Formats: sequence, structure tokens, C-alpha cells
Amino acid sequence: MLEKPDLPAIDVKGVMKVFGTGDSAFAALNDVSVSIRENEFFTLLGPSGCGKTTLLRLIAGFDYPTSGEIRLHGEDIATLPPYKRPVNTVFQSYALFPHMTVGQNIGFGLQMLGRSKAEIEARVDEMLRLVRMEALKNRRTSQISGGQQQRVALARALAPQPKVLLLDEPLSALDYKLRKEMQIELKRLQTETGITFIFVTHDQEEALTMSDRIAVMSAGKILQVGSPWDIYDRPAERFVADFIGETNFLPATLVAMEGGKAKMRLRSGVEIAATVAEGFAPGGEATIVVRPEHAKAVKTGGDLKGQVENVVYFGTDTHIHVRLDDGERFMVRQQNSRSQSCGFEAGDAIGVQIGADAAQVLRD
Amino acid sequence: MAERYFDVRRQTGFTTVAMICFFLLYLPIATLVVYAFNDNDSVAIWKGFSLRWFYSAWHNGQVIDASIRSFQIATVAAILATIAATMAALATTRTKPYRGLTVKYAFINQPLMVPEIVTAVALLVFFSRVKVWTGYSGLGYLIAAHTAFCIPFAYLPIRARLEGMDLSLETAAADLYANRWNAFRYVTLPLLWPGILAGLMLAFVISLDDVVITEFVKSGGQDTLPTYMLGQLRRIVTPEINAISTVFLLLSIAIVTIFFFVSRKRA
Repeated sequence: MLEKPDLPAIDVKGVMKVFGTGDSAFAALNDVSVSIRENEFFTLLGPSGCGKTTLLRLIAGFDYPTSGEIRLHGEDIATLPPYKRPVNTVFQSYALFPHMTVGQNIGFGLQMLGRSKAEIEARVDEMLRLVRMEALKNRRTSQISGGQQQRVALARALAPQPKVLLLDEPLSALDYKLRKEMQIELKRLQTETGITFIFVTHDQEEALTMSDRIAVMSAGKILQVGSPWDIYDRPAERFVADFIGETNFLPATLVAMEGGKAKMRLRSGVEIAATVAEGFAPGGEATIVVRPEHAKAVKTGGDLKGQVENVVYFGTDTHIHVRLDDGERFMVRQQNSRSQSCGFEAGDAIGVQIGADAAQVLRD
Repeated sequence: MAERYFDVRRQTGFTTVAMICFFLLYLPIATLVVYAFNDNDSVAIWKGFSLRWFYSAWHNGQVIDASIRSFQIATVAAILATIAATMAALATTRTKPYRGLTVKYAFINQPLMVPEIVTAVALLVFFSRVKVWTGYSGLGYLIAAHTAFCIPFAYLPIRARLEGMDLSLETAAADLYANRWNAFRYVTLPLLWPGILAGLMLAFVISLDDVVITEFVKSGGQDTLPTYMLGQLRRIVTPEINAISTVFLLLSIAIVTIFFFVSRKRA
């Protein structure tokens, strides 16, 4: 299935994108490099204004980089107009042509490529089957629901068999239930078509559940690229750890490095082993992160001591908010059971036991 | 909106004022139409119902001649103005805002702001020179003048339509392998049609209706329907004028109605 297995589908090298000039110049992308593999579901994740949509637009050709290269299977496409790139986009607003039927919308790309009527017809029917919209071929796009428009937008972008499919926050306009359905649908389409998907979102949960790999972006830079597991459990920087899921930050001092792991001393004096972020420069002070579900609340003992501030019940689990003796806050997430409560109330003295292999040292 | 705190229609006297306005607006026109059917030589004294003035207008060679000329000028001028206006609208909306864009709007809409009489005198002087140089004295001058003052009328609805259009549609077309021309032809133009038709109709009606500039620019024997009617009013006024006006009115209503249905179907 891989055309050129040795080359990445998209290779972004040292891309800068500066908007405006002089004093009002603003770098939307600041020396961004990333390789997106053939056939993967790759997500650009970050808050609004981080540059993720700008990067997507540069790959699509709607805008051109100020400097740097964008390679598609090794060929530099950074200066090609969008209509010469074998890359299609699913727009956030869908951008369906209102004067055409569903079928005409899906066939548009092939029509522009000069394919024969018979071929277009066959491909449109195939696409309609793929997104399960066979019955609506002759409808106007204004006569179908938001979820259906979304499917048409997908079918339209997939019909010309692009090398890469770009998706610009395509699920943000849908309600919660439909969004969940479409997440599964998108994953299925990606597997069935074998096309490389580049997905832009600001929704961390969406990114974690759908992606093969995620690039976390902030302020025009890519902070970390990795599998959802990497990003969640081994965040490299404070921003990444904070943006994805809930987390606890603890100040600590490096005691020693042992076999790639760090021995860190917490303020309570307890020493724990921690994995180390890529690019970590061993020095005195550092921050470690511990996910709330990787710590345990205990009545006596524990690595950290403090007082329960608040207990919040969430059905599947309970959040215990702790004020540590050194003044820092810490949150423990505990799985609920039917037979007993979490056993803590506000004001109780509490110990926090950090699980083995739960701590990660950040590089910043 | 469960409750409205201010509804203009509930203000005291609103309905009365509105009715009076409509009445005063349409009373003169209604009178004109009624007297077109007057079986009398005078426009003011009612004698009885008759279609004789319509008959007389239909057999008046000058009226037919002026009507044909009006339609020729209006058709050509409206088409030329609409083409120019479409290009101007595309150029002023499909570009990043830059210094001087507002000045350009002003230039395009100049005929709406400069008093018509000023343009008329200017054209009279200018064209008389051109006539001397070229020796040409055909309908070209009238067509050129009409085209010029019709452009802003065609421009406004087209620009409004372009500004209301979702730009991501053109981006999507480009993404789907449509080069600039194909994106325009298959996406922008079909969506722009209602605006272009509106502009065309408006330009046509404005051209058909013009008196001031036509009166100044026309050479001998180049009367359009409005200038012919004006000429007639200087002499004896018969209900024939009413009859011509009535036909004119019906025609305008027909054009607007056709446009309404055409544009509704497309939208």
C-alpha cells in the first residue's frame, strides 16, 4: 500500500510564516519542522492562535510560507497553488457548494481533473456508499442536516483520492453525540481508505482518542510530537502536560541520574524515581508531573502530606483536592466502588502515595 | 423572543401615517393610469372610458421610433454597464484591503454623487468636440453616456452579493483542482447570478428612465421615450401621454416581477 515507504507523506522543514510587516509583524509559525508518516492519523493539537490552522493552510496551499520547505513524498510543494496539490481539505464550515446537489459536490474535484462522466458517476456512488449517504445524492446541500453535510464534505474531499486529507476542526460544529459518532466514523474512513489524515483540533480528548500521533503546538511552535500515550504520560513541557488532561506539578531537586531515570527529591524530603523528558538538561531544580490517577490517597504514610480541601464526586471516580503541607495543591483521582465512599472528607489529614513509575521530569 | 419591549408598529398613529404615505405615493400614479382611459382631448376632464389613446400612441410613428431607440440604448448600455460593474465588484471585493480602496469605491459610484446636470453639461461639451473630430454622430454617444451612469446601479447589488458570499467556497474550489478561471466559472459566477441579474435590471430601468443626460447628449432625431414625452408636454397635452406612461409603468412592473421570480428560484 505504501508508495514510497522510505519517504514521509508530508515533511515540513524549518517553516516560518510571518503575517504583517514592520512593527506589526507576527510569526504565526516559528521555525516549525515535523514529519508526517504515510498512512497515519496525525493530529495538530493546540489552543486557538497556536498556528495549527496556519500550518494546515500552508500544506493545503491556501497560503505560502515566508521561508522553509514543505515536501510531499519528497517533492517540494510549498510554492504550488492549491489546485496543483494532490491534497484535499475538509473545512470547518464544510464549504459545500450551495448551488449543487450532494452528488455534484462530491464529483466536483474529479470534474475539475477532467475525468470522464462515467468515472465520476461511479466514484460518486462509491463515495456515497462509503459515507452511507446513498439516498441523498440528489438533495441540495441546504436540505440535509449538519451531520450529513459533514459526511458530504468528507466524501467530496476523499473522492479525488488525495495523497493527504486535511481536516480543519471538522467536528467543532456538531453536538456532543454526533461528534462522538463522527470520531469513530473518521477513524473507520482513515483505515478503509488508507489515506494520510492531518487533523486539526483544540479538543485534547478528540486528539487522544483518534490519533496515531499528535503534535502539540503553542505560540507558533511544535512543543512535542508523539503517540497519545507519549503525550499524556510523558509530556515534555509544562504546557503540554497542562493542556492535555488534568495534572499535578511538583517542584523537586535532582539527586542523581541512574540508567536514564532521575532520582528526584521532593520538598517533603522523600526521594522518588522519575522518567525524564527528552531534552532535559540535568541541573538543580526541576518540575515533575504526576497525573491524578497515578497517585493514591492514604490515611497514614505517603510521599506527600497535607489536608483535604475538597472532595468532588464524578460518578466513575472521585477527585480529592489536597493542600500539601508546603502550600502546593495536589489532586488525586480515585476510582469509585459501589460498596464504599472514598473515605475522606474536607479537613481530614491525608497522605499522597505517588505510584511507582508515575512521575515524569519536565524539560522546562 | 418572548416579549418585545419596543415594537414600532404599536406606536400611536403608526398605521395611519403609513397609510397616508402609501396613499400619497400612489395617488398621482393611479390618477395618471385612470386618465389614460379618458375619452377626451383633455387630461383633466373625464368624459368616458376609451382605449383610443392607446390606439393613437400605437399608431404614432414618433412614439414607436422613440420606444425602439430607448430599448436599444437601454439594452446595450445595461449589458455593458453590468459587465463593467461585475469586473469592478470582483476587483474591489476579492482583494486584500489596501490604501485607496475607499477612493476607488467613490470613483465607481461617482455618478450617484455628482449632480446629473453637471455630468450632462460636461458630456454635451465633451461630445460636441468629439463629434467635430470624428464626424460620427450616431447613437454611440447616448450609449456611452448611459453605460457610464448605469455602472454604479449595477455595481451595488453585485458587490453586495459578492460580499455576502462565503469566501471558503472559492477556497474549496481551488482545493478541489479548480484553477482561477474554473473556480470563477463553476462556483463564483453561478452564485453571483442573482446579483448580476439584479444589477442588469436596475441598469436597464435607470437607462430607460433617464431624461437629463439624454436631453443634453442626444443629436437631432435621437429622442428616447422620456425626452419625446417631455417634448410633447411643452405643446398640447393629451391623454396619449398618460397611455404611454401607463404602458411604461406596466413594463417596469413586469421586469421587476420577472426578476423577482427568477432570483427567488435561484436562491
